[in-house]
Amino acid sequence: MVGQASWEEAESALQKQAARLAMEKAGPGVPPVRYLFSGDLLGQLIATSFGVMDLKLPLFGLYGACSTIGEALMLAAMTVQGGYCDAVLALTSSHFGSAEKQFRFPLAYGGQRPLSATWTVTGSGAFVLARSGGSACVTGATPGRVVDYGLKDSMNMGACMAPAACDTICTHLEDFGRTPEDYDFIITGDLGSVGQTILLELAGKRGFSLEGRHLDCGMLIFDPEAQDTHAGGSGCACSAVVLAACLLPKIESGEWRRILFVPTGALLSTVSCNEGQSVPGIAHAVVIEHC
Amino acid sequence: MSDVSEQEKQAYSRLVKEATPVHRLWIQMLRAFLTGGLICCAGQGILNYAKAQGLGNDAAGAWCSILLVLASVILTGLNLFTRIAKWGGAGALVPITGFANSVAAPAIEYQKEGQVFGIGCKIFTIAGPVLLYGTVASWLLGLIYWLLKAVGVL
Repeated sequence: MVGQASWEEAESALQKQAARLAMEKAGPGVPPVRYLFSGDLLGQLIATSFGVMDLKLPLFGLYGACSTIGEALMLAAMTVQGGYCDAVLALTSSHFGSAEKQFRFPLAYGGQRPLSATWTVTGSGAFVLARSGGSACVTGATPGRVVDYGLKDSMNMGACMAPAACDTICTHLEDFGRTPEDYDFIITGDLGSVGQTILLELAGKRGFSLEGRHLDCGMLIFDPEAQDTHAGGSGCACSAVVLAACLLPKIESGEWRRILFVPTGALLSTVSCNEGQSVPGIAHAVVIEHC
Repeated sequence: MSDVSEQEKQAYSRLVKEATPVHRLWIQMLRAFLTGGLICCAGQGILNYAKAQGLGNDAAGAWCSILLVLASVILTGLNLFTRIAKWGGAGALVPITGFANSVAAPAIEYQKEGQVFGIGCKIFTIAGPVLLYGTVASWLLGLIYWLLKAVGVL
């Protein structure tokens, strides 16, 4: 709850904390942040709008479901590279309580989750992208298309998003003329264990073997045995906090030279689900290198 | 990726089915049987006790329902009901305890949105369909019963 009165306010507080911390950590060598690219899972992006109000930064609100941080990083990098400003903040958040309330059931409702279900990560990740400073940089990106294989099971989002992840990863490798071996790891956002199995199979069919090169933030963040989290973690924060806390330090230290970071999103709402629509997916690929 | 054909969609749906693990049915059924059975035994216990105290059938039945609902609501408030339901599945959800939980849980969750638009509007978001279609079903069965009686079958 972060000392707040509701799940939504708690999520906003997390965004504010993460944004402040990222700007603090960026240090004096980095130019001041001029724009903010941020989004979350809640209707009309309320976690973002109430969270970043006090930062007094010009805001671009984004929605990419759980892939939001990929979209934010990509647009932020483009903005800096295009010369529109010297530094941008990319930010996102999700909260288990607010997401369950919006997309599923009240928390105290007793029910059984299928083994393919994932658990929304409570947290917020923030990144400063600047013209100078730091030892990790965005060197390329492949924005994703909306991909729909007609799946309707909102409790199996890994399977709903796997085709989108496969499409973006394969398109990226083809466009850049690279193979999976050119990356230390290709890391998807929140496919979970079910989505990973499917992604490896689909990518194999398109001629790319990701076996041994693929990691998934949703599978890294929880201990499924101890925490009973079924297929893994999900939510905007899932890929964002794993990138900030686990992947970036490895790139900054030079342990990894280059990764492909592919946050994935399931583009559904309770309305589209109730009206019988399928659950399309989207995935954005960002190349992050040691520099 | 252009349009995905129906055939591709079906092939994908088969792939997903193979890759997706499911709960073990027999274990789930056993747990539901034990949980549901235990709740019903508790209900029977209350019923017997109430009758032994000299209450009539109707009054004893009412006490039984009231106490089970109360227990379920208290367990929901203490966040213990979710654990029972996770273990016992439909065994905890089908008896009146599940119904009480489905009303208490939204009341707790939406309390933040106010007495009218929060609790007032959303308390029956889960139980609402059961109430509506339960009432309609009993009405229909009543009609059939009345017709059968009118033509002399019953």
